[in-house]
Amino acid sequence: MLKEGKLFFEIYLHFSLLVDLNNDASLLIDIPDALCERDKVKFTVHTKTTLGTFQKPEFSVSRQHEDFIWLHDTLVETEEYAGLIIPPAPPKPDFESPREKMHKLGEGEASMTKEEYAKMKQELEAEYLAVFKKTVQVHEIFLQRLSSHPVFSKDRNFQIFLEYDQDLSVRRKNAKEMFGGFFKNMVKTADEVLISGTKEVDEFFDQEKTFLLDYFSKIKDATSKAEKMTRSHKNVADDYIHVSATLNTILYIPLSIPLSRHLEKLADLFEKLRKVEGRVASDQELKLTELLRYYMRDIQAAKDLLYRRARALADYENANKALDKARLKSKDVAQAQQHQQQCLQKFDTLSESGKKELTSFKGRRVLAFRKNLIEMAELEIKHAKSNMALLQGCVELLKSN
Amino acid sequence: MAASSERSPPPFPEGDEQEPEAEPEDGDSDEGEDIFIGNTKPVEIKPSAMAREPRSEVTAKGQGDIISDPLGELFPNVVEEPSGALVSEPPTDIFSEEESVVTDSKANIDPSTISKANGVHSDEEQDLFSEATVELSLDSPRNERKKIENTRPPVAAPTVSVPPSTSKVASKTLEELEEEEEEDKFELNISITNPEKVGDGMNAYMAYQLSTQTTLPMFRSKSFTVRRRFSDFLGLYEKLSEKHSQNGYIVPPPPEKSILGMTKVKVGKEDSSSAEFVERRRAALERYLQRVVSHPSLLQDPDVREFLERDELPRAVSTQTLSGAGFLKMINRATDAVSKMTIKMNESDIWFEEKLQEVELEEQQLRKLHIVVDTLVSHRKELSVNTGVFAKSVAMLGSSEDNTALSRALSQLAEVEDKMEQLHQDQANNDFFVFAELLADYIRLLGAVRGCFDQRMKAWQRWQDAQTMLQRKRENEAKLLWANKPEKLQQAKDEIAEWESKVTQYDTDFERISATVRKEVLRFEKEKTRDFKKQIIKYLESLQHSQQQLIKYWEAFLPEAKAIA
Repeated sequence: MLKEGKLFFEIYLHFSLLVDLNNDASLLIDIPDALCERDKVKFTVHTKTTLGTFQKPEFSVSRQHEDFIWLHDTLVETEEYAGLIIPPAPPKPDFESPREKMHKLGEGEASMTKEEYAKMKQELEAEYLAVFKKTVQVHEIFLQRLSSHPVFSKDRNFQIFLEYDQDLSVRRKNAKEMFGGFFKNMVKTADEVLISGTKEVDEFFDQEKTFLLDYFSKIKDATSKAEKMTRSHKNVADDYIHVSATLNTILYIPLSIPLSRHLEKLADLFEKLRKVEGRVASDQELKLTELLRYYMRDIQAAKDLLYRRARALADYENANKALDKARLKSKDVAQAQQHQQQCLQKFDTLSESGKKELTSFKGRRVLAFRKNLIEMAELEIKHAKSNMALLQGCVELLKSN
Repeated sequence: MAASSERSPPPFPEGDEQEPEAEPEDGDSDEGEDIFIGNTKPVEIKPSAMAREPRSEVTAKGQGDIISDPLGELFPNVVEEPSGALVSEPPTDIFSEEESVVTDSKANIDPSTISKANGVHSDEEQDLFSEATVELSLDSPRNERKKIENTRPPVAAPTVSVPPSTSKVASKTLEELEEEEEEDKFELNISITNPEKVGDGMNAYMAYQLSTQTTLPMFRSKSFTVRRRFSDFLGLYEKLSEKHSQNGYIVPPPPEKSILGMTKVKVGKEDSSSAEFVERRRAALERYLQRVVSHPSLLQDPDVREFLERDELPRAVSTQTLSGAGFLKMINRATDAVSKMTIKMNESDIWFEEKLQEVELEEQQLRKLHIVVDTLVSHRKELSVNTGVFAKSVAMLGSSEDNTALSRALSQLAEVEDKMEQLHQDQANNDFFVFAELLADYIRLLGAVRGCFDQRMKAWQRWQDAQTMLQRKRENEAKLLWANKPEKLQQAKDEIAEWESKVTQYDTDFERISATVRKEVLRFEKEKTRDFKKQIIKYLESLQHSQQQLIKYWEAFLPEAKAIA
C-alpha cells in the first residue's frame, strides 16, 4: 500500500537524536530511500568517501534489517572493541500498529461515511509512512555513528557492509553458525548480576555503574509512559475526524439555515483542528518518545561496556589466582604470568577507552536532550498558536452571524 | 366566528397583570426583533405566504408584519394547499376576525385563560380562533409590558373598524419592540446550586437550592430561594406533561433517573465519579428548569410558579419507578406505542409529515454524534491520566539525571506535563458538560417534539372516530325510520346531535392542536439554533483558553531547555 521508490523526507520530521553526525567528508553515509516489499524493508545505503580503503568514491547497496543486525553483532563480538560503546542496533521495522489499525478500519468501514473512511485511511497511511520514516532514520543513524567513530569507521565488516554489492545473507548465516547467538544471550542475562557483583575500586566507574543502572530503569519507564501518552493523543486527534464527519452527515438533514451554518463551521473547524492535533501527537512522538527510546538503548550499550569491563576484571582476578597457584606449585609460572599480564593489559585498555567513551556519551546525551526538548517546546507552541488562530476564526464567524 | 364575539372579555386591569407574564422571554419577541432590526426571516416564513391576497389587506394597514408573520408561520400553506383545512376556507375572514379579537378583548388571551383554569387552553373555549388568540398573545404582552413600565396609556379600546386598530396595535408594538431590545430580556433568572446530601443510607437524597430572581409581578417577591429534590422536578414534569402535552405543547423532558448514580451518592462514596454525577445532575436540572420557564405558555402555569416559590412541596411519589403510578405510566406508554403504530393518518398538511421526518432524522444523527463525542471525552480523560503518569516518570528520570542543568530541565518538563494533565482533564469536562450534554438534552427534546406530533395524531384519530360514530348514528336513524319505530327515533336524533357536536369539537381540537404544534416546533427550532450557537461558542472559547494556557506553559519551559549545557 505504500508507494515504492524515493521517499520525501519532510524537514518537519527531522530527526535530531544525535547532533553533529555525518560531518566528516571523508566518509559520508545516508539512506536516501527504501522500499517496502510485503513485510521486508530494503534500505538503499549510499556512501560517499575520499578514503583509499574503498574501491570507488561513491556507491550504493541494498541492505535488509538483518544485515544491520549482523554488522552490530560482529562488532559486539570483536574483542578489540570491548572498551567501546557499540552503537545500539536499530530495532526491527514494526508496522504492527498501523497494520492492526488498518485492519480494524476495514472492519468498521460499513459504519462510516465515505469521507470519514477516506480521512481515517489517509491518517493511517500517514502513520504508516511515519513508522517507515522512523525506521529508515534509525538505521541511518546507526551507520552514521559508526562512520563518525575513529575506530569503527575502519572496521573491515563495516566496509564490507557498505561496499559489498552482493547479498549479505550468506555471510550472515556463517556468522550465526560461528557464534550461534549464544554469546549475545549470555551477555543479557549475566549483565546485571556481574556488574552489581564486582567490587569497584575506581571511583569513576563506581559512579557510572550506579548511575547507569538507575538511569536505565527510569528511562525505560519514561519511554513506555511516553508511548502511552502519545498514543492517547493520537486517539483524540482521530476522534476529531469522527466528530467532523458526523457533523457533516447531520447537514444532509434540512435544518434551519442558521443552524446548519453553525454546524457547518463547526465541522470544518474540527477537520482543521484534527490535522494540528495529529501533528502535535507525532511531534511529541518524535521529539520525546523516540528520544527516550533511543537513549534507553544507548544506555544499554553503555551498560554492556561496563559488563565487558567487569568480565575483564573477573578474568584478571582469576588469572591472579592462577598465577598464585602456579607459583605455589612452581609449575607453568611463566605461562600464568603471561596470561595475568595479558588480562591486566586488557583490563587497563578497556578501562581507559571505556572512561573516554562514557564521558563523551554523557556529553552526547545531554546535547541531544537539549536539542529535542527545545524543538518539542517550540513545536508545541507553534501548534497551539495554529489551534488558537483556527478557534478564534471560527468563534468570530459564529458571533458575527 | 360567532363564538368570538360572544366571548366577554375580562376587565382590563386583570389583563394588565397577566399580560407581562405571557412572554417574559420568548421566541415571539425575537421574531419581532428580527423584523425590525431588518433581518429577514428566510427560513421561518415562506415568501409566498407573505404575498397572499388577504394578507396584503392587513399589510396595507400600516405595519402588518408582526401580526401577519406569526400567522404566516401558522398558515404558510393556506394559499398553496387549500385542501380542506378548515382554516383555509375563509382566509380574509379569519384575519379580520382576528383583528377584531385583538382590539376587542386584549385580555382574551392565554394568560387570562390560565388564570381561570390550570390548562393553557381551557377546553371550554374551543373555537376557530383560539389559535388566533395564541397569536395575539404575541402582540398584546408587548403592549402590556409597556403598561408595567407605566409609560403608556392603555391601548385603544375595542373598535369596530378593523384597519385603524390594527395599525395602532401594530405601531405600538413596533415601538414596544424597539424598546424591548434595550430591555433586559431575562425577566426571570434561575439558578440551581449547593447540592447537599440530606439523610443517611438508602433513604438519603440530594437537595438542591433553587434561586429565582425576577421582575415579573406574578411572583410574590423579586428574589427567593427554595430547596428542591430530584423527584420534585420529575413531579413538575408529570404535572406539566399531563396538562399540556395533549394540546400539542412541547413540554421539556427532565433529566434521566440514574439508579447507579444515586446509589453511589446514597452509599456515601466520596469520590470524583459521584461528585461528577452530582454536578452533572445539578447542571441538567438547571437547564431543564430554564427551558421550562423560557416557554411562554408553561411559565403561566401555576404549578411552575408554585415550584419556584413554595417553600415545601408535597413529595411527588408518583415519580418513583416502583410505585403504582410508575407502573401505570409504563403501561400507558406501552399502549401509546402500540396505538401509534396502528394510526395511519391522512395527512392533509405536508408540513407535518416533512417536519416529523426531519425531527426523526435529526434525533438519529444527534445520537450518533453524542456517541462520538462521548468517545472523545473518554479518550481525553485517558490522555489526561497518561500525561500525569508520564509526568511522574519524567520527574523520577530528572532526579536520576547526573547533569545538573538537564536534571533541572527534566523536572521542569515534569511540571509542565503535570499542568498538561490538569489541562486535558478540564478540557474533557468541557467536552462533556458543554458539548455532550447539549446533544443529550436535544436528543431528549426531539423525543418530546415527536411526542407532540403523536398527540396531534391522537387528536386526529379521535376526530376520525367521532365521524365514524356519527355516520353509524345516522345509519341507525335511517334504519329506525325505515323500520318505523318512532319511540326510538327521538333518542337517535339526540345521539346524532351529540355526535355532531363532538365531531365539530374534535375537529376544532385537531386544528387547534395542529396550530399549536406548528408554533411550538418553530419556537423550538429558534431556541435550538440559539442554544447550539451559544454552547458551541462557549465550547470553542474554552478550547481556546486551553491552548492559551498551553502556550504559557511551554513558553515558560523553553528557557529551561535552552539552559541545558
